[in-house]
Amino acid sequence: MTKVSMTVNGRAVSGEVEGRTLLSSFLREGLGLTGTHVGCDTSQCGACVVHVDGQPVKSCTVFASDVAGAQVRTIEGMANADGSLGVIQQAFQDHHGLQCGFCTPGMVMSSAALLAENPKPTEAEVRHYLDGNICRCTGYHNIVKAVMAASGQDVSALAAE
Amino acid sequence: MHNFDFAKPSTIADAAKALAADGAQALSGGQTLIPTMKQRLAAPATLVSLTGIAEMQGVCVGDGGLHIGAATPHAVVAKEAAKHYPALADLAGGIGDPAVRSRGTIGGSIANNDPAACYPSAVLASGATVVTNKRKIAADDYFQGLFSTALEEGEFVTSVVFPIPQKAAYVKFNQPASRFALTGVFVAKFANGVRVGVTGAGNDGVFRWAEAERALSADFSASALSGLKVDPAGMNADLHGSAAYRANLVKVLTGRAVMAAG
Repeated sequence: MTKVSMTVNGRAVSGEVEGRTLLSSFLREGLGLTGTHVGCDTSQCGACVVHVDGQPVKSCTVFASDVAGAQVRTIEGMANADGSLGVIQQAFQDHHGLQCGFCTPGMVMSSAALLAENPKPTEAEVRHYLDGNICRCTGYHNIVKAVMAASGQDVSALAAE
Repeated sequence: MHNFDFAKPSTIADAAKALAADGAQALSGGQTLIPTMKQRLAAPATLVSLTGIAEMQGVCVGDGGLHIGAATPHAVVAKEAAKHYPALADLAGGIGDPAVRSRGTIGGSIANNDPAACYPSAVLASGATVVTNKRKIAADDYFQGLFSTALEEGEFVTSVVFPIPQKAAYVKFNQPASRFALTGVFVAKFANGVRVGVTGAGNDGVFRWAEAERALSADFSASALSGLKVDPAGMNADLHGSAAYRANLVKVLTGRAVMAAG
């Protein structure tokens, strides 16, 4: 076991890890931040996406030791300071961008990464960017709509179903 | 996954020392190696991360063309190579998905030499030079079949130097479940001729399509390919596509790449 330290959602944290401890395990089991979901554990589904130094990564496919010292942001860091939902989270609720909610943490984190580099994406750009996030419930329409709405664009013309 | 000791050196020299030990294995972005280790298809005693080595990061123009540090993630290549070598930047920006591109690296991709990976086609079609901690290897000598390269024990890629062609494009037919190329073709036109690198199709990994190179060197247009045929005997076949299907894709995608290159 070795000690690893990083900053998670603005808070300095540290813990004992094995070489094989994945970032997803460190967040969930080490820090109790269970908002990061592990869907497939084979890097296909994107439910475990978090930001490492501002970039979206699949936390199930990164070793905790390899991101020692990094700035990590998880779904728990997306709410406003007063605990209310952040803009993207609120848009997912407003536009029914989730059903079971399992994929939602990864969807929100990927969407946040997209909007950080492309503040007004087209519908096609949203769909392309979310290629690595799989949702088994919604059929994606309302997720795309939520991301467009979160970017401040008019979504009244987008398909409702 | 079996446990291992983790090391993260900050220089090429220290990485070389760490990798000289028995059971040591290099880790770059880990987007292939970590899933492989989860399946217990790899179980290194020590994993040596190459992502903390500053001299293996970044994109710059230098002697011989565009130099890309082996530990540079795809997302960085997609941005920083765009004004120097747009076709290569396009390829990097289309690998996997955004989260994979944040971590996966060019060095990791070509060290693994997955027969459906995108980068090997660009390295081969560009006639790039693979630079390691020990020597420089021409692309034509580097790729040696499925998951096989010229790399020796303890040797790792430190950078790749790409001559910049006059025109180039990469076109792939995506396999949507794996997000790898079912077939991908990189076409590069240089002053002294055209090179065509094909990934995803060959049953011995990435290869150059010599007949197309001759035809396109004489006439750089998609119609120059019309009389050519790809022999399905050399093609990979699996549940996603037969050998004949892939052989056809090679020809179709080469034509599309020529058109995209303009």
